[in-house]
Amino acid sequence: MSTTTAKKQGFLADRANFLDERVGVAGILKEFGRKVFPDHWSFMLGEVALYSFLVLLLSGTFLTFFFQPAQTDVIYNGVFGPLKGAHMSVAYESTLNISFEVRGGLLMRQVHHWAALLFVAAAGLHLLRVFFTGAFRKPREINWVVGVVLFVLGMGGGFTGYSLPDDLLSGNGLRIIDGMIKGVPVIGAYISSLLFGGEFPGEAIVARLYGLHILLIPAMILVFIVVHLFMVVIHKHTHYSGPGRKDTNVVGYPLMPVYVAKAGGFFFIVFGVLMLIAATITINPVWNYGSYDPSPVSAGTQPDWYIGWADGALRLAPSHIETYWFGYTWSWNILLPILVLLVFLVLVAVYPFIEQWVTGDEREHHVLDRPRNAPVRTAIGAAGVVFYAVLWAGAGTDLIATNFKLSLNQVLTSMQILLFVGPVVAFIVTKRVCLSLQRKDQAIVLHGRETGRIIRLPHGEYVEVHEPLNEFEMWKLVDFKDYKPTLARPNAEGKITVGARVRAAFSRFYFEDRIAPVTAGELEAAHEHHGGHDDHAIEAPKAEKKAPAKKPAAKKAAPKKK
Amino acid sequence: MSNQGKSAAKGGAEHTYEGGLAVIPADAIKDPGLEPHRVRMTDKSPKHERAAVRQVASLFVLSFLGSAFSIYAYFAFPITDDLGSVRSNTLFLGLGITLGLMGIGIGAVHWAKTLMPDAEVSEERHQARSSEADRARALEIIKLADEESGFSRRKLIRRSLYTALAAFPIPAIFFFADLGKDQTNNLRHTMWKAGTRLVKDPTGTPIKASDVTVGSVFHVVPDGLVELEEHMLEEKAKAAVLLVRLDPADLKEDPAKASWSYDGIVAYSKICTHVGCPVALYEQHTHHLLCPCHQSTFDVTEHCKVVFGPASRPLPQLPIAVDSEGYLVAQSDFNEPVGPSFWER
Repeated sequence: MSTTTAKKQGFLADRANFLDERVGVAGILKEFGRKVFPDHWSFMLGEVALYSFLVLLLSGTFLTFFFQPAQTDVIYNGVFGPLKGAHMSVAYESTLNISFEVRGGLLMRQVHHWAALLFVAAAGLHLLRVFFTGAFRKPREINWVVGVVLFVLGMGGGFTGYSLPDDLLSGNGLRIIDGMIKGVPVIGAYISSLLFGGEFPGEAIVARLYGLHILLIPAMILVFIVVHLFMVVIHKHTHYSGPGRKDTNVVGYPLMPVYVAKAGGFFFIVFGVLMLIAATITINPVWNYGSYDPSPVSAGTQPDWYIGWADGALRLAPSHIETYWFGYTWSWNILLPILVLLVFLVLVAVYPFIEQWVTGDEREHHVLDRPRNAPVRTAIGAAGVVFYAVLWAGAGTDLIATNFKLSLNQVLTSMQILLFVGPVVAFIVTKRVCLSLQRKDQAIVLHGRETGRIIRLPHGEYVEVHEPLNEFEMWKLVDFKDYKPTLARPNAEGKITVGARVRAAFSRFYFEDRIAPVTAGELEAAHEHHGGHDDHAIEAPKAEKKAPAKKPAAKKAAPKKK
Repeated sequence: MSNQGKSAAKGGAEHTYEGGLAVIPADAIKDPGLEPHRVRMTDKSPKHERAAVRQVASLFVLSFLGSAFSIYAYFAFPITDDLGSVRSNTLFLGLGITLGLMGIGIGAVHWAKTLMPDAEVSEERHQARSSEADRARALEIIKLADEESGFSRRKLIRRSLYTALAAFPIPAIFFFADLGKDQTNNLRHTMWKAGTRLVKDPTGTPIKASDVTVGSVFHVVPDGLVELEEHMLEEKAKAAVLLVRLDPADLKEDPAKASWSYDGIVAYSKICTHVGCPVALYEQHTHHLLCPCHQSTFDVTEHCKVVFGPASRPLPQLPIAVDSEGYLVAQSDFNEPVGPSFWER
């Protein structure tokens, strides 16, 4: 890699030479230029989030040129007829002006809003992908926590942005936040006064949220994204299990040129799709709602999707749980939901450490699990998804009731029950499904794939021909980590600690029901078994046609290659 | 530094960790190694390769046309007084930009997939953990720094530094105190006073008791609220009231509060005692008030007690009477704070 004397080596090389002689990029390029990235559709979820964030920065910057974050009362005199002469805040007026008086303004508002929805959605799905494939295992635990923080920051960015136009719905959202803050013991009402600059709604909140929304939160997201990606580079990307893919290597395509083209192109595709949605589908038509007023009713309204689960948690709290202790009000109907949300997020964030503690596995893991091969983890994930989903659906109890002609009270009570029963059912069902899929894989490895070809044997018996897998297909089904439960063992002082007992109990919970990967011995035995039977005879003539003497060859070929 | 690292990596033994509860079978099936690469049509046939080149270039040209169109659309579809123009401006501008973006995106990906090498390559990974030599050197540096500074040795310096570091952010917390004056006491009072007329929201017309028919509902604010120059919304957020007239036979009144209503007309705070949304969905045949935000339901016949949903307290009742002209007026302010609960309530 000598670039110092490089002249006229081609367009790109000449430009690179110019840069290298000034800032020394050759070293960086040497290190990263051919870095290998594995290919899989599910790895693009995080990319979607990243690109949505870039779109947010671009469209958001445009919006800041026109938006005025002030709540001073003005009388509207713009082009939108229905609101002419109405009192409104400057923030709301400037939002209307962006929508109706700036060419492409509405387009930018809609791109910004859709990109925000997509950002949180993609981050959430990315989080699920990482969870269900075990990509959070060592050495990526810290990056998982960073990811969870990014997801939460995304919600924060979304909410602060949603509140800026100062329309009826966003004001109502802030009213709910105000109510929640007031419910905090001891300091609640005081904090509310600080946040709103006095009594709700005041004239300060939009400007304050604006500062958070356009500076603090995006800056934090940016920093955490940089940390996130930096760690991806350090760890190199995980890959799915497959032939030749190991914990000690990474198999895929080089950054330059393949991933520059693919990932770079994908940015334009994500941007393009967002632009298409924004051009054709209206979102948050604030002109229909009017400026914020604490009094009008707004039935059937919904927050942006990612706030839904928090709103649902508020709705599902039981009646009459507020208490009046020591002369003070304890708003459990608010504290309980907040606590539930916080505990859920903390559990999600620390999950890698819990699992690592249970397995005691200190090795690095770079080959991803297929979800079925970690049945209890997958089941825990499913339970978590159902818990979140019920809270989320809880935010739509009124819409569910009106659209399906049900009693609102029954819908809400069902949700309350479902919040507890749903995750348990999801856990049991998912774990059983995973174990069954593992057994299916095991059967396929041992006996081959069902072909649907029925053959009649000379003595009249009918059997189905099973076609053996080739070694590559087989490897996908047997390459997974297997753990077994442990007993509580005494430590060096001969004592069985509480920690050891708990860990043993957890290990039973995780690995009591386990299906070990098929070993070479078992495979051999299965083939012997087939050989000893008549059905071996059926496979032989078929095998002769396509791949002669498939089975014995496969058996021997494997050890030879390694 | 990098030289040092390299030589150290060679010398340092590979660190291995325990697998914990992992089972490592002795006779595991062996990894067959990477699958043989399958050659693409564009690699085999020059005709397909040329076609792919044409497709990629066409996509880039399409992108150019899209961007050009969006510039045209910016001028061709201006925003006029007709609001329909906003729609066509948004649509055509957006479609042009979409084409401009998608052409580049799909073109680049197509280029990568059809014309760039598609044979997977394998690269070694290294453990995140540094080499033994690097770790030893790092530990040495830490120890040296500790030794040279006396960080561990000089307890006085260390502890005084901790104290100073713990204290220095605290002034910043105080700085937030001027974000707003504590308004907790204001939460206990609203604009309602003895004799304040009940007027319709938003027109501001006073309400005659005789105009309120059984079963009707009025959205009410105190007289004078609309004219407020300052803090109109803050006052409204506390003083909004819902007025309902029931058949007096339906009312199950607490004797202590029986004088708060007038001939079956009752007035309740419209601000939900849960988190403060306006509670104003009135169901006539059940006499229930429903909050649209979180579905707290209040029974108007029984002093708006909570019959369903997350709220805990009944909606505060505004004591009302009739003045000499027959208009509805407040007897006093609410007798308890309205809106969401708070600690000192």
